[in-house]
Amino acid sequence: MIALVILIITALVLLFAGLYHFNKALLPLSLLGILSALVVTILDWNQPKYYFAETLFIDNFSVAFSSLLLVSTGLIFLLSSDYFEKISKNVAEYYALILFALVGALCLISYQNLSMLFIGIEIMSVSLYILAGIRKNDPFSNEAALKYFLMGSFATGFLLFGIALLYGATGTFNIELIAESIREGKILDFSILYGGILMVIIGLSFKVSAAPFHFWAPDVYQGSPALITAFMSTVVKTAGIAAFYKLFATSFIGLEQFWVPVITVIVVITLLVGNFTAAYQLNFKRLLAYSSISNAGYMLIGIVTLAAYSSNAVFFYAAAYSIATIMAFSVLLLIKNKTGNTEIESFSGLGKSNPGLAFALTISMCSLAGIPLTAGFFGKFMIFSSAISQQLVWLIVIAVINSAIGIYYYFKVIKVMYTSESPDSNTISIPAGYKIVLSVGVALVLILGIYPDLLIRLF
Amino acid sequence: MITALLIFFPILGSLLLLLLKGESVKKIALLLVLVEFAISIAAALRFVPASGTQFLLDIPWIPAYGIHLKAGIDGISLLLVLLTTVLVPLIILSTFQRNFKNPAAFYALLLFMQAGLIGVFVALDGFLFYVSWEIALIPIYFISAIWGDENRVNVTFKFFVYTIFGSLLMLIAIIYLYLQTPGTHTYDLQAFYDLNLTLSQQTFVFWAFFIAFAIKMPIFPLHTWQPDTYTSAPAAGTMLLAGIMLKMGIYGAIRWLMPISPMAWSQNSYIIIDLCILGVVYGAIIAMVQNDMKRLVAYSSLSHVGLIAAGAFSGNLNGLQGAMIQMISHGINVVGMFFVIDIIEQKTGSRFLRDLGGMATKAKTLSICFMIILLGSVALPFTNGFIGEFLLLKSMNDINIWYGAIAGLTIILGAVYMFRMYQKSMLGELNSLTEKMTDLKWNEKLVLFTIVFLIIIIGVYPQPILEVSKYASADLLDLIHSREY
Repeated sequence: MIALVILIITALVLLFAGLYHFNKALLPLSLLGILSALVVTILDWNQPKYYFAETLFIDNFSVAFSSLLLVSTGLIFLLSSDYFEKISKNVAEYYALILFALVGALCLISYQNLSMLFIGIEIMSVSLYILAGIRKNDPFSNEAALKYFLMGSFATGFLLFGIALLYGATGTFNIELIAESIREGKILDFSILYGGILMVIIGLSFKVSAAPFHFWAPDVYQGSPALITAFMSTVVKTAGIAAFYKLFATSFIGLEQFWVPVITVIVVITLLVGNFTAAYQLNFKRLLAYSSISNAGYMLIGIVTLAAYSSNAVFFYAAAYSIATIMAFSVLLLIKNKTGNTEIESFSGLGKSNPGLAFALTISMCSLAGIPLTAGFFGKFMIFSSAISQQLVWLIVIAVINSAIGIYYYFKVIKVMYTSESPDSNTISIPAGYKIVLSVGVALVLILGIYPDLLIRLF
Repeated sequence: MITALLIFFPILGSLLLLLLKGESVKKIALLLVLVEFAISIAAALRFVPASGTQFLLDIPWIPAYGIHLKAGIDGISLLLVLLTTVLVPLIILSTFQRNFKNPAAFYALLLFMQAGLIGVFVALDGFLFYVSWEIALIPIYFISAIWGDENRVNVTFKFFVYTIFGSLLMLIAIIYLYLQTPGTHTYDLQAFYDLNLTLSQQTFVFWAFFIAFAIKMPIFPLHTWQPDTYTSAPAAGTMLLAGIMLKMGIYGAIRWLMPISPMAWSQNSYIIIDLCILGVVYGAIIAMVQNDMKRLVAYSSLSHVGLIAAGAFSGNLNGLQGAMIQMISHGINVVGMFFVIDIIEQKTGSRFLRDLGGMATKAKTLSICFMIILLGSVALPFTNGFIGEFLLLKSMNDINIWYGAIAGLTIILGAVYMFRMYQKSMLGELNSLTEKMTDLKWNEKLVLFTIVFLIIIIGVYPQPILEVSKYASADLLDLIHSREY
């Protein structure tokens, strides 16, 4: 788990660099930290190992998800040159806090012990509470932070309570041992166990913004600075889904008749709420917030099915979703710099004034909508395949209807770009970091869409 | 090899076009699709009608999911591939008088769509079929939404969401079939044919496929996107939609729907044929009162396609063969028809019958070509519409005399609305708008003469076309009928 150490040290160094105003060094340093953490993480491939008194377990699942988080964070950092300087004077704190949140997210993916799950969530959430409110003179940012903090701590309370109940029922925090005691029937009291599972579901659903525990998400996503929103809706969400998946796929096997219906209901509500509300949004940032809710729904289908390879399906989906979302946010930032707002209207005429930018956003929207030959299509394809293999016919019907609605609102953006005229036809100059992110994004989306074999049988 | 070339050459061509700028784009686009046409001719020359699926292409694509790039050409595929490769050059040639904004993107999308269409017609793997199906859809969405008329945006959007919903249902059915295949699953079409599905499984698959295909054709009552989309798309887009794209639905029914779920087909075919026949009459009656020529042809297309679909679903050889040749004829005629309307609209500024009249005096050649195309559409003997319509009506008659009688109305009603259109636009008094009418330019002549030539040659000597698809059609029907119960 050297990656964690590297990231923490990088974050501390960044704080000192900020203290002595080495602002130029911040971005290269953080990228360097992430890159070396990525290398170290990938070196653990195919070498399952326990760390820290068996509280962390690194297997291919966690290596893959950790790499995804590191890459996503790296891409977000590439977008951040000059961005944080505009918001506040204390730039170093941003980088450090994001890295701390990333450390929490990595713990969330690799935990073997419920206490580590809790610690990971706390490290991640506390950093995010600060980041959401970091524009301290902006009332929306303050509202976002306060809402996020209140709701988030409430959810953490549920989670902690659930963990305590699980411990009460099984006598252990280790997720393997929980599975073992369930398998061998060594449960002291089933009602306590079930209560614990329910509490954990509620707590984790808050964190991945699954309905009906999603109410904080749109406001927080809209109020936070855009890059922080991008971080929350990709890295944080992916980590939450991975933790969710890991817990249920490891510990609660054999109790499916209890928790599958609960999560199925959550999936259905999440899909319906996310998509139907997204269809009515006029603001692109808010649209992405609801899109992130509905995508959580698709990923949770992977947990409901627990078929062979459904962990890989969730991973592929999360990767496709993260790349496309980061691309969308980068275009959003450029548009916001130009027009000053984030309404969908302000994308009009982009097809004419900035064909390259419009093309990149088109690819990103196609991927989110699940159009063939993009990565997003194959993600949906894998999720649907695993659901159909479990005969979840109604779930699939609902998912299909929601995909069609998704196409409606993602294509709304494409439609505006190419068919509306804009009074302001000035070309946006694209900074180098954005160029890198967008071209890497387009390449990844298309490569994974045309040749998904690269990532579909990892673990 | 030649199949791979047919699918991938247009994709490479469209990437090449994206690199170009300015006037030369349309010429190079034409050149590329002519090369594609030559490839398809080479395939046709080497094709042996009696020996099943040929030019097999089979390479692993996504092995983990049993997905192969598997494609091949039999008689049914070949005809539709040829239809595509013949019509696309004509459609591109028909745009030569136009100047689109951003022509590189326009022609690149057109070529990309051609790849999708050919992919649909040759795919022998469920996944490849689905992907090609969508690849054909995305470009036409952009073509219609960017280069269409002022209503285009919402109309095209409706069309897009409508059809993609259908295709998602199809995707579910395809994944479901995949999971039923034994052993390590596969998307191979032959494996789908070999499945032993129960009636209820087949019924599910049948309706999921049917909705997807029926939206595309379209079959009444899933047609509501069609007239608006045809009307507001640019002429080239309308030609692609009506000339080639709707054949995807019928082809899908022939190749995928009926052989995979024969029991469900035999249970439900009467409902389907009822709907088709209803569409025949419905489309024709609405076409009779249209004022907008594009809308008129859109409804007439609904009517014709109803009959073709009825023939395809009838499950007898006359019906299937009639559907095959009529798909070709309808494609040719409808492209000609929309092109004539486009010419009229460009020169006079209107395509409404109430504004037009007397153009035959101003544009002799045009009026003659228009007349021949009309005759083809109303199935006059010695035009291409006749043999197909004859076979289709015969097959309807064989099922039920009433089907034959009602579907026969299509000829009478067709003559009514077509001649009404001709009379109101070409005959009568000239007016201030039609004064401006001039006769055909070189590219228009080239397109219309080719179409007229095809109409007459197929009408006089349809045998080669029937011959090409005969064996494939018979094999397919054997397959369906052997597993019907």
